[in-house]
This record gives sequence, structure tokens and C-alpha cells, in this order.
Amino acid sequence: MSKKQLVETTINGEPTEFLCETRQSLLESLRDVLGLTGSKEGCLTGDCGACTVLVDGRPVCSCLMLGVEARGKKITTVEGLAEGTQLHPLQQKFLEDASLQCGICTPGFLMSAKALLDRNPNPTEAEIRYALAGNLCRCTGYDKIVRAVMNAAKVMQGR
Amino acid sequence: MDTPQTHQFKVIGTRPVRHDGLDKVIGRAKYGADYSFPGMLYGKVLRSPYAHARIKSINTEKALRLPGVKAVVTHADFAPQTTAPVYRMGGEAAVNPLYLASNILAKDKVLYAGHGVAAVAATSPHIAEEALALIEVEYEPLPLVLDLLEAMKPGAAIINPDLRRKDKPDEQTNIAGEFQFKRGDIEAGFKAADIIVEREFRTEMVHQGYIEPPNALGIFPGDGHATVYTSTQGPFDVRIMSATLLGLPEGNVKVVPAEIGGGFGAKLTVHIEPVALLLSKHAGGRPVKMVMTRTEMMRGATGPTSGSILRVKMGATKEGRIVAAKAWFAYEAGAFPGSPVWLGCFTGLSPYDIENFLVDGYDVLVNKPKTSSYRAPGATNAAFAVECVVDELANRCGMDPLDFRIRNASREGTQSVMGPKFPRIGYIEVCEAIKNSQHYRTPLAQVPGKYRGRGVATGFWINGGMQSSAIVNVHADGTASLVTGSVDIGGSRASTAMVVAEVLGLRAEDVRPAVADTDSIGYTDGTGGSRVAFATGLAAYQAAHDVVRQLKERAAKVWEISPEDVAWVDGKAISKKNGAPPLTLKELAPRLTRTGGPVTGRANVYATGVGPAFAACLVDVEIDPETAKVQVLRCTVAQDAGKAIHPSYVEGQMQGGTVQGLGWALNEEYVYDEKGTLRNASFLDYRMPTCLDLPMIEPVIVEVANPGHPLGVRGVGEVSIVPPPAAVANAVSMAVGSRITDLPISPPRLFKVLAARRG
Amino acid sequence: MHEFSYEAPTTVDQAVKLLASDGDSARVICGGTDLLIQMRNAVRKPRLLVDVKGIPEMREISFDAKAGLKLGAAVPCIEIHESQVMHRYYPGLTEAAHLIGSLQIQSRASIGGNLCNSSPAADTSPALLAVGAIAKIVGPAGTREVPVEKFFTGPGTNVLQKGELVVQILIPPPAPHTADRYIRMIPRNEMDIAIVGAGACVTLDGDKVAAARIGLGAVAPTPILAPKAAEYLIGKKLDEKTAERAGELARESASPIDDMRGTAEYRRHVVGVLTKRALLGAAERARQN
Repeated sequence: MSKKQLVETTINGEPTEFLCETRQSLLESLRDVLGLTGSKEGCLTGDCGACTVLVDGRPVCSCLMLGVEARGKKITTVEGLAEGTQLHPLQQKFLEDASLQCGICTPGFLMSAKALLDRNPNPTEAEIRYALAGNLCRCTGYDKIVRAVMNAAKVMQGR
Repeated sequence: MDTPQTHQFKVIGTRPVRHDGLDKVIGRAKYGADYSFPGMLYGKVLRSPYAHARIKSINTEKALRLPGVKAVVTHADFAPQTTAPVYRMGGEAAVNPLYLASNILAKDKVLYAGHGVAAVAATSPHIAEEALALIEVEYEPLPLVLDLLEAMKPGAAIINPDLRRKDKPDEQTNIAGEFQFKRGDIEAGFKAADIIVEREFRTEMVHQGYIEPPNALGIFPGDGHATVYTSTQGPFDVRIMSATLLGLPEGNVKVVPAEIGGGFGAKLTVHIEPVALLLSKHAGGRPVKMVMTRTEMMRGATGPTSGSILRVKMGATKEGRIVAAKAWFAYEAGAFPGSPVWLGCFTGLSPYDIENFLVDGYDVLVNKPKTSSYRAPGATNAAFAVECVVDELANRCGMDPLDFRIRNASREGTQSVMGPKFPRIGYIEVCEAIKNSQHYRTPLAQVPGKYRGRGVATGFWINGGMQSSAIVNVHADGTASLVTGSVDIGGSRASTAMVVAEVLGLRAEDVRPAVADTDSIGYTDGTGGSRVAFATGLAAYQAAHDVVRQLKERAAKVWEISPEDVAWVDGKAISKKNGAPPLTLKELAPRLTRTGGPVTGRANVYATGVGPAFAACLVDVEIDPETAKVQVLRCTVAQDAGKAIHPSYVEGQMQGGTVQGLGWALNEEYVYDEKGTLRNASFLDYRMPTCLDLPMIEPVIVEVANPGHPLGVRGVGEVSIVPPPAAVANAVSMAVGSRITDLPISPPRLFKVLAARRG
Repeated sequence: MHEFSYEAPTTVDQAVKLLASDGDSARVICGGTDLLIQMRNAVRKPRLLVDVKGIPEMREISFDAKAGLKLGAAVPCIEIHESQVMHRYYPGLTEAAHLIGSLQIQSRASIGGNLCNSSPAADTSPALLAVGAIAKIVGPAGTREVPVEKFFTGPGTNVLQKGELVVQILIPPPAPHTADRYIRMIPRNEMDIAIVGAGACVTLDGDKVAAARIGLGAVAPTPILAPKAAEYLIGKKLDEKTAERAGELARESASPIDDMRGTAEYRRHVVGVLTKRALLGAAERARQN
């Protein structure tokens, strides 16, 4: 029963194979098997969003998905957000707008914000707050995070 | 006169991108849990289901037989400990090593549900978990006490048999400490009062709510030298405490501070670091990584802050002058002594210049986790009570609540509750900043079908100084690196590097800051007490000036003049003697090799010129009268930073602390069942604010220079959490027409208030 | 977490065979947002997980004006929210699906999973009750249809037998001038379990109520209907006053408890408030249909 399973998937655009136990979550698979430690563990109950990755473009708490469920999916993690050395506008704005303090929640916020902007390039403040409600930050009071997403949206729209 | 307020800084006061930012937005920054080593094992802790029980036996045989399990340890595996205090090098916070060890792994009694009993290391975290289920512990349940007032009564279940009553040394007690601050004639004071307000308030335990679970990766081979990677606020605290618990000389433990995902005070002490080392030792030196679960840390393995009962009576003349104040504060210590009640006792009344006061504080054991620091520890509870009473006094005097506070304000020269006179402080300026804010000038509009209210409150925090070390290395390309021992929890690498850049005439990005391990930098106290920008900033400032002194010598060599004839002005060496053009650091750096070799500046400080911090919070709320749910509509916070080095991160501290205070006000609380089990030990049911619950938080930075710091810096990390619970309570009280006395003001609680009012 | 096997069948038949093969210790995993937490906490220890997300009929949303809605039990909540059909015909159920957890959770969690987890506080259950939903269950003995009001047997328990799984949710087509609404009370604005949830579905005949169903969550051991409140409204004009009265009657159907999320007293009060609001909201929508 404990035999490991081979999972063929795509991670950050790269076809990837990995071996995992069925009981290993996608988060464990990313961190402990593949060494992609950018996705963070905060609660293991889907309440903090620090482990958010995109699965076929949708935001998912990777702590609440099994590694074996990644078969045939396209996974995007924070490590895949920039294109080479070209930061995603969200990353750039998070830096410029001082949107992170300790930074542990940052990867999750970036991925949730990317999922939002990919579907809704011009969100209102209320839409941003709704889309980020599954990500907890305890340092910033969210103010500068929300502003960075607004500003990134502006950049991406060429405004 | 050139003051920090008038000086034209080039770097200080600007908003550069933080040096560690890139790593954090691309997922490369390494937090404690991100480290791995070959052959690494995973550790887990077995925790007590009982809130109070004697441990009759622990049988670890079955667990050890499970394939993959490499070690099991209990309290008995620590070096024997006594209650003789171990002083951290600051000499300020004494630690009782027996209590410390017994809290991490219980000695003979478990004192709260979630108390550690044994720990396992195995080849996978899942196997370690399975092994926990195989450890057999026989408990003898004991009577428990969860309620603060019950715990104080004679005849209550006794948690620590060694504690004795102060007045009756042969009687056991749960009161672990009593504190008193008094001045003047309290009776006469109240006699002179025209208006007296007396109230009792209650708050529940709350958690710091950092997102990163506490972690530790311990490596302890048989050579007597131990290394631990951990996300801690206090690497040197982890060193002395781990060494003590393992029976090692302090210097045999090296602590490598990883990036840290929030702490807010809770990560100033050890939680699992000594356990990871112990497990590694018992597993033949293999590295052992431990990461707590959210439930473990909520149940209290890391310590929330105290729930409290707060009685405050204050009297004022009808002209609005406070003439007497009496306070009685009881704080839950949890299972071991050490609540921050003493800090509550002297911070609560400190914003006010009061002639007659009497403050009594009690540190009370209950069968709940030992409390830890939480951002301005003790101050928020006390301020909640005092600021609510002050609000009522102002109302009864018919005065604007800010004018009332300004009339009674502490200022330079006021004798503080602690005793010493305040240096220059910015309390009045903070109150005035709120008065002048757009928010305060805009009247709160009422809407049909809702209750709306506006509340204000203020807060005080002492701030910390203590010890820091800094090294500045000059590189041949004309850049510099700054090495400190201060873990960066909210942007302090950026602010300390900016100080160095300012002194050396460099751009912020030309100074690369690093946080060193405990072998690689001089002693540095923990990142707490809002001390890093102040004290480590001071060390960085002095280390940079040490570089300047050496650069002047090098310039003198280049110019072939005496060092006394070289000045350092605006980041350049200037010859006072001949007309040689000035030399910048960039120009001097390539010449270091031939003028005497590398240049390193260093400084070690015991920073004493601490600048007290004040903040004020203004909040508008709207209440649904039918569901009793409170929504924060608008919130402004003003805080005296002394000098804001990186204003964005000062604002960030203000906004973050304010939101923690709003959470404390509205929904955060520990909910226990009668057996002492925490019912809401998850982020689902421990309801911290999400971004959908909040408006933007409007920050107003006030800068009243701290005379004890060359740049005027005060600490900014903590005081913003202090006012919001009282501000929200004052706003809700105004909205519903009834005085709110209990936190949190959650819908079921406020419903009761509304129902009572409707009759 | 304990060890287990994992299978991902692509037909209902295969799923039923797998579920029946491993005694009581096989379990369906859909979004996994409840199950994986329960497994981590050792509340459930299935030896076999049967992932049903790859079964086409469990991922289908189809609507027919005569037959009504077939909603695959494994459709993630976010796809329900993105469905025009769902918004058009069942806006209340759709808003309930959009209230579950965060967007991250909604990307995984399904109404079938919400139903089978059988929490008394599940957000979609009162909404399903209100629209008269039926669970289509397939098992070793064949197919059966169970109305949602007969599905729950207690907190966390339901009528599913060994080897059975809920394949689809069937909902009758709404009559003319019919609409539903779901409202819940949580202390925060998102990311919470309902202290009380209320779903209402109302059919109007002119300005009078022709039919009404009210579902309540978190106020009894299972999600429940509030039949007295619904009956009271028949033939009446639905306004503040009658909605308020219906709310009072709904309180009589509730048997709430004190827990960490709220007091019984508070819950009883809020049941009335939310019932009133859900009814008024449903009527408002029904008038526009």
C-alpha cells in the first residue's frame, strides 16, 4: 500500500514527473519531493492560503489536494510567476508598494491575485478584497497588498 | 539648529525597495521549514488531551518499534534543571529553566490541554505522527481551574504546589505575582472629583496569529556542538535556552536564524528548538526538522496572550481634569507564572498626568497554555479598560474625547507611572494628528436601519533598547554590507541599511544587509520591544561612523595630510587643508588595498535613550441591529515614529498593529469547553480579520524626535495594537447607547447587549 | 496521515465497484476540502479513496425546461458560480455555492461533497432544501432518488449505504415567478462556517405566495425544512410583516445549541431575521421572473 505513485504533470510550464506517497499532499510533493519551497504551509486546513497554487489556472490550496491528484494538471507556483528575470507586475508592485513584511503569506497572495487578474483585469477594490479573502496576512493589515494588486492591474492594462 | 526633523536626508525618509524583497516575491527566501539536509528526520510532539493531570507513566516501546522511528524523548532527557533563574545577556528577562523545560515537555504533571509530553523523530512526518499514537501515557486527571476569578479564590484547584500566598506563606495559591504602583492620595483625589466612572471589563485569551508555524531543524552529533536552524525572533535567546536545557556551554550551540514568518512576540523564546536537538542527539546526530501544526500552536504550545479582568475607577473635575485613578488588573498567566500584567499596570495610565493613582496587578495561573509576548504585551488589555473609562469621563464632562485627553496629557517632564520623568514625547502631537485628520473632520453620517458610531482611543508603549551589534564591510566596488544579529520581521534590514547608506553617502541599494548566525556576530537581543530600528539602527549608525573614521584616515593618506584635516560631509571626505577635490566612498574604495587594506566598521551598543511610543486610533463602525454584527467602516491611526526611516514600513507597522487590534476587538478569542480543551484551535474558527472585513487603514506618521537617538528614532513595531479595542468599544458604545465592557464584541455578545437594552 | 490507496475511476460503475470492494473503509474524494482535514485529524481513516472527479456525468450541468436541472455531484462550486444556467434558474443555490470557503476552496469543493459531508451548517444544504433538490444515488443495488430533506440522518451522517455514491443532484424546473435566495450569518464577511443559514424558494401568483419552501442550516442536528413558516405564507402577500411572522414560525422549527460559533439564544433570534431576509430576497427575484 505504501508503494509510491508516479505522477506525470506540468509544473511551471515544464513537464514533470515525481514519485509520492498517496498521503502526501500537493504541498508536500512540491516542497519535500520537488524542492519547490516557495509555496508555504500555514495551517493545513485551507484557511490561510499560504500554499495557494494555480491548478489549470484556478487558485487551489495545495495543502488540500493530494499529490496524485496533480496527474495531467498544469500547476503554477510562485516560482513560475516571473518570466526569467522579468518579474510579473504583481511581484514588482508588491516590492514597490511595500506589500510584504515577513513575507510568508506573499507567495499565496501573489497566486490568488494572479488568478483574479487573469480572469478580471480591471477589478474594483471590493472584488480584490473578495478574491483575496482566502489568504490571511497578519503583518500588513492588507492595505498595501490591496493597493499593489490595484496598481499591478493598472500596469497590466497599460494605464 | 540641525535636528533630525530639519536635516535634509538623502536616504532616510525615502521608500526604496527592500533588499530581501526579491527573494520573497519569487519564492526563494528560506524560512525555517524550507531547510532540508541529507538524512533528515521529522519530529512530532505528543500532546496532552487533559488540562490538568498527573503523568503516571509513559511507555515509548511500541513507538520505538515502528519501522522508521529513530528516537523518542521525554522531559527526563533534558539536562536536570532547577528554578534558579537564567539571565539572558541583557540581564532583564530572567528565565526559570525548570519551568521552561517543563512547559516544552511536561515533567510530572500536564497543566493544559496541548501540553507536550513526548516527542518522536522518524523518517517521515507521517510515520512520526503514527508513532505518537503508539506512545502509551497513563494520566491521573486532576481538578482543573480555567476561570481567572475562580483561580484566585481560596480553595481553588492548585496548579503549582510550590507557590505560596504573599500574606500567608503557608497557604498555596494560584497567584504567582502581585504588583503595585501608587502615588499621591487616592482617597483625597476621588474626593476632589466631580465625576467618577467605575467599570469592570473582561477580555479573553488571544493568539498572535502569525502565519508561519513555529519550526526548528536541529543537528546535534556526538561532538558536543549543536546547530539549530529556526524561525525565531531571538537567536541568542534560543542559544542560551537550548544550551541550558541540553546542559551544554552556551558557546556550543549555534543558532542560524532563518527568515521568519511573523512572530509578534511569541517567537522570542524556545518552543521546539531544544526538542529538535534532543531528538537529533538520540537519533545519532541525524538532522531533525520539526514544524508545529496550527492546532498545536493554537492549543498553546507557543503561548497566546492573557485574558484579563480589569477594574478601573477614575475621577475628574467638571472642567475635565483627571484627579484620581484606581485600577485592579488580573491577567491569566496560563500554566506557568509570567503574564505581562506588570506591563499593563504601568502602561495603562501612562498617557495621563495624574496626581493620585493606585494600580494593583495579579499574575494568575489557570489550566491554559503559558502566555507569551504579544505586541506591546499587557498594554492592550489595560488600555482597553482605561481608554473606555476616559471616554466616558470625557462624555460626562461634555468634552471632545481628544481635547479631554490633551488636557490631561503626559508630556516632557511628567513623572511616569514607573517613576522616571518622560523625556520629550509625542502624545499630544498624536492626539492632534487625529483631530486634524480628514477622517475626524468628516462627520459620521447615519443611515436608516443601521447603528453607526465613532470612537477614539490612545495607547502607550515603553519600547525597548538593550543590546545590538553591527558590522559594516566596505567592498572594493564602493558598496558596503551590513551584518547584524537582528532577525528581520518587518523590514528592519532595509531600515538599518538605509542608516548606513545615509552616513556613508551611498544609495540604499548599495548597502547589502545580512542577518548573521550567533557565531558570526556579537550578542544581539531579540527582535522585540520595537527595538531593532532604534537599537540595531544605532549600532549600524555607529558602525558606519567607525567606517567614516577609517575612511578619513585613508583619504588623509591619499592626500598626504593628517587625518584631523579631513572632514566627512554629506557622504564625502573633504580636505580642510589643500584644495583637493572631495573623495566619495566609491572613489576611496578601490584605493583601500594600497592605503592599508580592508575597512570594516563595527559597533556594539547597549542602547539606553529609548523613546516612548504613543499612538491614537479613530474608528467608525456600523452595526446591523438585527444580527448585531459590527463592520468597521473607516479607520485612521496616528503614531509617533520619532523619525520614520522607511515610511512605507512604518506605515506597515501601524496598519498591521491596528488590524490586530481590530481583530482583538471584534472576533478573536479563545473558546474553551469545561474540560479545558480549546474549541476553536484553527484559523477557521479563530476568526482573524480577512481583507474583506476591513477598509484601508489610514496612517498618519507623527515625528517628534527621540532625544536619545542621533536620528531621533523611536520604535514603531508595537504601540499601534494598543488603542483599537478601546476605540472600537467606544464607537460601538456610542452607536448602541450602552457601554461595552467585554471583548470580543462578537455578534452573539453584542446581541445580548442589544437585547438587554431593548428590555 | 495514515496510508491509503487511491483510485480514479472514469465511470460510475467502476466507482461503485471500488467503493463496494473495500468494506466500510472506502470513501469518495471529490474536492477533498473536508475529507483531507478529517483524515489529517484522524477523524476518518479510509483505506481507499475513490476520486470521482474524472467521471463525466458527475461533472455535468444541464438544464431542461421540463426535466429541470442535472447537476453533477462533483462539479466544483466555482463552475456553478460561472454557469449562466445556474444564475438564471437557481440564483439562491448558486450564491450558496459561492459562499463556501474561499475561491481556493470553491475551486475544489462540490455540492455533492457538501451534501455527503452532511454538516448541519453546510451552506448549500438549506439552499438545496429550499429548491426541492433530489440526490440521485447509485450503488451496488442500482439507482435510487432521495429528496434532500430525507438525506441527512444526523450531524455528519446520511442515508448512503455501503458502495453508494451521490452522482447527481436533480432539481425540478422552477415554476413561473419562482426564485430562491440563500443568506447566512457569519461574524466575518467570508471564510466562516454559518452560525445560521437560511434558504428560501418562493413562487408568486400575482402578489400572493403560491408556494414556498424554507431550508435552515446550523440550527438543528441536520439541515432542516421549516414547513410551518412556509405553509403560513401560502395565499398571503409577502411583505415585511408576513416575512417577519414567517421568521418567527421558522424559529419554532429550530433547535439550536450553544457552541464555539454562537449561542443557542443568538441562533434562535437570527433564524427569524435570516428567514425574513431570504424570503423577501426570493420574492423580489420572483417578481422579476
